[in-house]
Amino acid sequence: MRHIISLLMENESGALSRVAGLFSARGYNIESLTVAPTEDPTLSRMTIVTSGSDEVIEQIIKQLNKLIDVVKVLDLNDGKFIERELMLVKVKATGAFREEMKRMCDIFRGRIIDVADGSFTIELTGSGNKLDAFIDSLDKAAILETVRTGASGIGRGDRILKV
Amino acid sequence: MEQGPKLNGAEILIRCLHEEKVKFVFGYPGGAVLNIYDAIFKQDKFKHVLVRHEQAAVHAADAFSRSTGEVGVALVTSGPGATNAVTGIATAYMDSIPMVIISGQVPTYAIGEDAFQECDTVGITRPCVKHNFLIKDIKDIATTMKKAFYVAASGRPGPVLVDIPKDITAELGDFDYPKSVQLRSYNPVTKGHLGQIKKALKLLSEAKRPMVYSGGGVVLGDASEHLIKLIKSLGLPITSTLMGLGGYPSTDKQFLGMLGMHGTYEANMAMQECDVLLAVGARFDDRVIGNPTHFLSRPRTIIHIDIDPSSISKRVKIDVPIVGDVKSVLADMNDLISVEKPVQDSVALKDWFTQIEAWRSKNCLSFAMSSELIKPQDVIQKLYKVTNGDAYITSDVGQHQMWAAQYYPFDKPRRWINSGGLGTMGVGLPYAMGVQLAHPEAQVACITGEASIQMCIQELSTCKQFNLPIKVITLNNRYMGMVRQWQEFFYGNRYSQSYMEALPDFVKLAEAYGHVGIRVENPADVEDALKEAFSPKLKERLVFMDFMTDQSENVFPMIPNGKGLSEMIMAEEL
Repeated sequence: MRHIISLLMENESGALSRVAGLFSARGYNIESLTVAPTEDPTLSRMTIVTSGSDEVIEQIIKQLNKLIDVVKVLDLNDGKFIERELMLVKVKATGAFREEMKRMCDIFRGRIIDVADGSFTIELTGSGNKLDAFIDSLDKAAILETVRTGASGIGRGDRILKV
Repeated sequence: MEQGPKLNGAEILIRCLHEEKVKFVFGYPGGAVLNIYDAIFKQDKFKHVLVRHEQAAVHAADAFSRSTGEVGVALVTSGPGATNAVTGIATAYMDSIPMVIISGQVPTYAIGEDAFQECDTVGITRPCVKHNFLIKDIKDIATTMKKAFYVAASGRPGPVLVDIPKDITAELGDFDYPKSVQLRSYNPVTKGHLGQIKKALKLLSEAKRPMVYSGGGVVLGDASEHLIKLIKSLGLPITSTLMGLGGYPSTDKQFLGMLGMHGTYEANMAMQECDVLLAVGARFDDRVIGNPTHFLSRPRTIIHIDIDPSSISKRVKIDVPIVGDVKSVLADMNDLISVEKPVQDSVALKDWFTQIEAWRSKNCLSFAMSSELIKPQDVIQKLYKVTNGDAYITSDVGQHQMWAAQYYPFDKPRRWINSGGLGTMGVGLPYAMGVQLAHPEAQVACITGEASIQMCIQELSTCKQFNLPIKVITLNNRYMGMVRQWQEFFYGNRYSQSYMEALPDFVKLAEAYGHVGIRVENPADVEDALKEAFSPKLKERLVFMDFMTDQSENVFPMIPNGKGLSEMIMAEEL
């Protein structure tokens, strides 16, 4: 099953490679991994999307907690949470395509953030599924380039991950 | 803050080691650590042990720790010094040995420029250390060293590496060693959950076929006395992993011998057939329980005490996990026993021990003596006799290691020093150095093979320099014995690259290094030769004993790879 794991870690050089190294060394999946400093500059927050059986996820959480630089770990799937990912897509926009692209973008509540003679760049946020759905609904030949940030997640309501 | 003239970074580093009351630093100099070696030259609070290869420095420091419980310290230079140390670090990591390894690094301004003897030491060692640090500012030396010693020794212990660039060791600064350090991200649990401990005790006392399986955690956690008390007060049978040997007295009748791939019949059968299993500081690894699916095919309730939460339910699902320091949890359990005085099913227990005795009567470690060929098992048994079972035994890796574990019963913890997890050939001699330095008056024997010993044989020179009277017991069968055994059983006797051609004359080799060499070829001479090696006449000398043993001898019992605990091959079956 797909899990989103959030963690706070010391904002030190090498901390990211400790986490990435753990996943490769123990053969765990990483679907995506995002990291950036928090409002406290000594801490970074990382969101890892992974998948595995309950036993594997339990081991991943324990192994992450074992890393000396990791301060706190939360499996967002243990409760209610919100997931968002940002995607930028550059698409062909010529002739009849231009209107079609504009319409698709509106349907998915994206924004056109760059307009050129033959292309649009569309910004879209949402869950991974929504972004996948957008890609699926486009003509493959129209997609020039895509870039995704990987998921960020946050617990709903009182679920707070803080030191 | 200390007043007075400023110190350079190297001197600050050495002062940190003094504050930690380090007795020995095992190391090898080089360009990036010259300032540190200069500071060592000017001090006499610890002894520096110059090895002949950095791998041996780390192994020796590791064994110093294994035999004393103190943090072992090694010092190596940048680049090849650090990469040579990696095998030693990985060995210590797999067996959870508390160590601090200091590595020199090229100056900060040269890092990343492919400088001479530069390598990414922090990157290379990351997967095989508990934690590592790169010091980038002279102000951080003292705090980093304090953290390194704290992290290495607390929680589940492990090696910590500190990489220090050369320019930092030359800069001037103040020395201020913190009394303690706090890491918000690292707070190892010590006390076990009392509710879980109560639950465990209830299960154990109600069990009809209870069994205890103890591991290296008992030795590392200095929990022997508490374990013995628990086993005695509940009258339980107990087995031990390779790493746990000595944690419970091996000559006690409640002890069933080692379990696992080369464990005894009675230990493996009792593990498989018990209804309640208590695992103490052990981790259910592949060499211990074999195939986990086969292990789980018998219903039993499992209680697991371990300081590392990630060891629990890693390979085998645990019913009652107790996360905590083994010593503290066992002490709590013993206290609970004296208060609650649990009533046990004495009839069921008696039946269980009758069954165990029936398994034991198979006498699975028996072997046929020969009048022509020296049996390796016999050498170990005679060594036990000659040393009154009271020596520190180190071993390398292979058949001789298993025979040492099977035929030299350890009654005390920290007497049996070997590489269990990583299985590193070559550790035996450097391990013996670390042990002999820590215990100068003790009898120290290195049980090895003609293949393993050659992996760190250069250390015979270190032994000469430091007058270490180690007794090297080489079981020389002219084969990488364990490789040969697997090739015999599973590869149709195709002995691919496992025969040791062109062996040196070990007696002459030992003499060339300034030691005493003894070759033994006749079974009738084994005991007398050992007596001579351990005699007062040779008390001060390293004696290299080359026993020419039976080439075809195999280690039994054996659980073939992927098989279950009760699927052992016994000696008489072949």
